[in-house]
Amino acid sequence: MSDAAVTRAPRLAPRLTAWQWARQNLFGSVADSILTVVVAIVFGWLVWHALDWAVIRADWFGESKEACKSGGACWAVITARWRQVVAGYYPEGHLYRVALAMLFLAVAVFPVVKRDLPAWSALLAPVGVIAAIAILGGANILPSVPTDYWGGIMLNVLVGLTGAIFALPIGILLAFGRRSDLPIIKAFSIGFIEIIRGVPLITLLFMSSVVLPLFLPAGVNLDKLMRALAVVTLFSSAYMAEAVRGGLQSVPKGQREAAHALGLGLLQTTGLVVLPQAIRISIPAIVNTFIGLFKDTSLLYVIAILEVTGVIRQALSDFSWLGLENEGYVFVAFVFWVACFSMSRWSASLEKQTGKEAKPAREPA
Amino acid sequence: MTRAPAKKPAARKSAAAPQAAATPAPPARVRPALGPPCVEIEGVHKWYGDTHILRGVDLSIRDNEKVVILGPSGSGKSTLIRCVNALEPYQEGRIKVVGCDLKGPPKEATAARRKTGMVFQQFNLFPHLTILENCTLAPMWVLKKPRKAAEEEAMELLERVHIGEQARKYPAQLSGGQQQRAAIARSLAMNPEIMLFDEPTSALDPEMVGEVLEVMTEMAYEGMTMMVISHEMSFAREVADRVIFMDEGEIVEIAPPDQFFSNPKHERSREFLSRIL
Ligand SMILES: Nc1ncnc2c1ncn2[C@@H]1O[C@H](COP(=O)(O)OP(=O)(O)O)[C@@H](O)[C@H]1O
Ligand SMILES: [Mg+2]
Repeated sequence: MSDAAVTRAPRLAPRLTAWQWARQNLFGSVADSILTVVVAIVFGWLVWHALDWAVIRADWFGESKEACKSGGACWAVITARWRQVVAGYYPEGHLYRVALAMLFLAVAVFPVVKRDLPAWSALLAPVGVIAAIAILGGANILPSVPTDYWGGIMLNVLVGLTGAIFALPIGILLAFGRRSDLPIIKAFSIGFIEIIRGVPLITLLFMSSVVLPLFLPAGVNLDKLMRALAVVTLFSSAYMAEAVRGGLQSVPKGQREAAHALGLGLLQTTGLVVLPQAIRISIPAIVNTFIGLFKDTSLLYVIAILEVTGVIRQALSDFSWLGLENEGYVFVAFVFWVACFSMSRWSASLEKQTGKEAKPAREPA
Repeated sequence: MTRAPAKKPAARKSAAAPQAAATPAPPARVRPALGPPCVEIEGVHKWYGDTHILRGVDLSIRDNEKVVILGPSGSGKSTLIRCVNALEPYQEGRIKVVGCDLKGPPKEATAARRKTGMVFQQFNLFPHLTILENCTLAPMWVLKKPRKAAEEEAMELLERVHIGEQARKYPAQLSGGQQQRAAIARSLAMNPEIMLFDEPTSALDPEMVGEVLEVMTEMAYEGMTMMVISHEMSFAREVADRVIFMDEGEIVEIAPPDQFFSNPKHERSREFLSRIL
């Protein structure tokens, strides 16, 4: 800096005004301008019609489709059955238990969503899920409510979260098993993963509810929902394993060596150094699996478990609501979309956070 | 370079002792005297598959001694110090660290491994932990130190390598030179008897080589036993007691640095020096 040369003061990079941006990006040439206008018109027309049908001319409440006279969507089919939509046939006086169970599920996901908590907080996940199931079922303390009465969105959330929370640790074990030096463990892990991944979930669900009981002695009656939960968990654990394996592979060998050189044992190296990095790398893949799993909970209706799709189908087959498929399925699609889209947003924000640790911009000197 | 018969510093093992931090800038550069053997390597052979990588290496390094290992790429330098740190197995021969055999009973082998610290070319800091956490991880989990004590010691070490103010940052937020110094502090936190360095400056931008070598030089004068693979001549000249020249899995020549650089005995050493000088 002792140089006599003129030092230029740094200044901000030039920034475009909204008008300049539009000129450059939307109306850069004649073709661009035509395209912009055409797309805008088509898009506007679609949005307008959707809004017109779903909101402006919609009817929201009523006892049957006769109540819907405005010509728009007839959401009465949903609102009239809101209790089933939310919780299936869970007894009316006990809905507070549904709310409580949802609260516990929220506690269960808390350690996953919120980072920088002590390691023991991971235990909240299984504890929260089991507590939620106990509250819903009664657990010999509250009046018992058999799982046949559970249903609606609550069931999708319950099955999705339970599956995810138990599938992740199983998936991690399988991923390590797949890389294990022990041939038996390796063969078992690969076999399990490849068999599960090669069979559609719907087949496994049928097998669990139709085939499995054939092999059980008469009188032994495993709960249908619990069987479905087990199937869903095992199913997604195979996918989770592959997601985690990708992460494990991308942790450089030098990390293990450094840990080893510091005297950390195999378990410590794995748990403190390799796994945390592998999980962070595989967050997008893990969330993808979660999203797939959550959407797959709609398949439960084929084994007569009344999750939200099942509830809606039942409503649509009711004489007073015949012919409202549009409303019914748009609603189901909306429910799943909201859930999955929030998960994907959340995963993107997590990636950004970890990105800061992994490769931030060099600090200016 | 006076080699005064100085007394061995009393607090050598408590490397984190504040005396280093307290002494003002240019420390009295007096070489501590050499002690009893620290690392004994006897007839070590190693194969990767059918390739004979180490072909009978014999080397004894004394307490407080610093050796710099030179040699062409692929001559087995890394393999040798990785064997000393038990990162690689060897098929024949014996390696003892402070009397503990690396192939002894499990307890002895673990003890031997604990006595060495290793600094890698690629730093290998744990990217998901802060610099401070990098330095406290092993003391807390291996030595079972309480967090507070571990953090205090780590902070002293980080001060000693001049990056105390970076303690709460993540490795990726530091420059290469700072990362390598953090890696040195992380190794020192385990109180090793001997530090192994595998080309600690060859992944660095040229302007950062100096700061890392300076830290290593300070460490050397504080009495650490060091085994360094490096082609930094100035460092070898100033710090090394002996230069060890390896080629094709063998130790070809061992000599004091002045002698080795000015008047190498062996034909292969001469050829190597002519190529790198
Ligand atoms: N994991 C390995 N598998 C097979 N050969 C290896 C492996 N690591 C090193 N080698 C070989 O061993 C020889 C010595 O390697 P190395 O000790 O890294 O040499 P240097 O550090 O002196 O450059 C080289 O020929 C290298 O190709
Ligand atoms: Mg090397």
